[in-house]
Amino acid sequence: MKRVVITGAGTVNALGNNVAETFEAFREGRCGISQLDFRDVDRLSVQIGAQMHGWDPAAHFSRQQLSLYDRFTQFALIAAREAVAQSGIVFDGELALEAGAVLGTAGGGLNTHDENYRAVYAEGKNRVHPFVVPKLMHNAATSHLSIAFGLLGPSFTVASACASSNHAMGQAFQLIRSGASRAMLAGGSEAMLCFGGVKVWESLRVLSNDACRPFSADRSGMVQGEGAGIFVFEEYEHARARGAEILAEVTGFAMTADAADIVVPARQGAARAMAGALRDARLAPGDVGYINAHGTGTAANDRTECAAVAEVFADHARGLMISSTKSMHGHLIGGTGAVEMLACIMALRDGVVPPTIGYRAPDPDCPLDVVPNTARRARVDAAISNAFAFGGLNAVLALGRV
Amino acid sequence: MSESVKERVIAIIAEQAVLDPGDITPDSTLESLGIDSLGLVEAIFAIEEAFDISVPFNANSPSESKFDISSVDAMIVAVEKLIADQRG
Repeated sequence: MKRVVITGAGTVNALGNNVAETFEAFREGRCGISQLDFRDVDRLSVQIGAQMHGWDPAAHFSRQQLSLYDRFTQFALIAAREAVAQSGIVFDGELALEAGAVLGTAGGGLNTHDENYRAVYAEGKNRVHPFVVPKLMHNAATSHLSIAFGLLGPSFTVASACASSNHAMGQAFQLIRSGASRAMLAGGSEAMLCFGGVKVWESLRVLSNDACRPFSADRSGMVQGEGAGIFVFEEYEHARARGAEILAEVTGFAMTADAADIVVPARQGAARAMAGALRDARLAPGDVGYINAHGTGTAANDRTECAAVAEVFADHARGLMISSTKSMHGHLIGGTGAVEMLACIMALRDGVVPPTIGYRAPDPDCPLDVVPNTARRARVDAAISNAFAFGGLNAVLALGRV
Repeated sequence: MSESVKERVIAIIAEQAVLDPGDITPDSTLESLGIDSLGLVEAIFAIEEAFDISVPFNANSPSESKFDISSVDAMIVAVEKLIADQRG
């Protein structure tokens, strides 16, 4: 089996337009949640989200490109440019033939759906732009990465709701580990902050109206976010041979299904996924210093997740740090695991563990060290990143310091 | 208590519980009727649609929501009040 390392990282999200700005926000415990601003927002009963207010697509793309790029594709392309530039990797020759992109998204081109349904149903128009289909399809971002970087190998999009990015990165990891490819772009993107994209979550009655407070006894629900995280996954010897800087190693991955309820999470599914990732990475529970929690800020998730951590880590559960960065960048749904991967990289590489902000009161059902409100300096040798999706689909990645 | 509001709320709850409306008593609780959190959210949606009202309810902390769901009777009273408040 080949070793898999990360040699490039890129992001855009409500905390920053790149990795450096996002890390700075993580260190400062800054909140990216604000009043939402888009058409018909006044008709929503929940009007907060981690939105990228200053996003200016025309600054990055031509008019022709924008006729094909939904917002979620724009996010993925900008994040990928940063990741590829940092990595210094050049996809040419034999490498290009095996390199690909695997991305996660839950909503795909949701803004494009929203705008065009509005046009035909609400405004009574009988004509829409000819590129609506290639713009809204879930694989659009993946395909545009393959086109932009000349990736000729295995490329596809994964949709498993809130676990999409973790499932996607897990697939890229396995492609490299098995020897099928030496380099992959992996991560996810989501742009769900539009009228329809928030209305449907509002209707499910799980959104907070004030803040995302994971693990805090006074939590009031989740807050949606948007953005992308894209990484260059590379075979270890290949990265070494070209002198690339290694940000972290991906050491393990596991997936499970609850096979229980379509929205209520199950402890057994979460616990089996974490235990599986540890096994795959040959880690003992005591080796893990940091868990980036799924931590949505709903009572159902937080209590189930903490119980699962207690089950898997037993005596070690209280000695490790677990934080939910969703308190800062919101829940990016299908893109969330990719932005949360950054939190793990920062903990492993910089020795700074990002906090769970908005934390005000301990919940007896979550008796763990949730790194409340302030980032913490600590040496972390191994970390895991949790994603537990609606539909009971779970994906956990294990990472190590190199 | 207006009979029609009561009957319509009970009909909505009965549909979620897959029971005959005659089997729903005022002191029934959602738990006793076997209605889970998803069923409750769906029932509240049906109530909002039926009476054209907005029901304050967060599934994250049902007991702290302003909408009393402790029993069928309490829900009917709460709906009556919301109708009176929101229709001026």
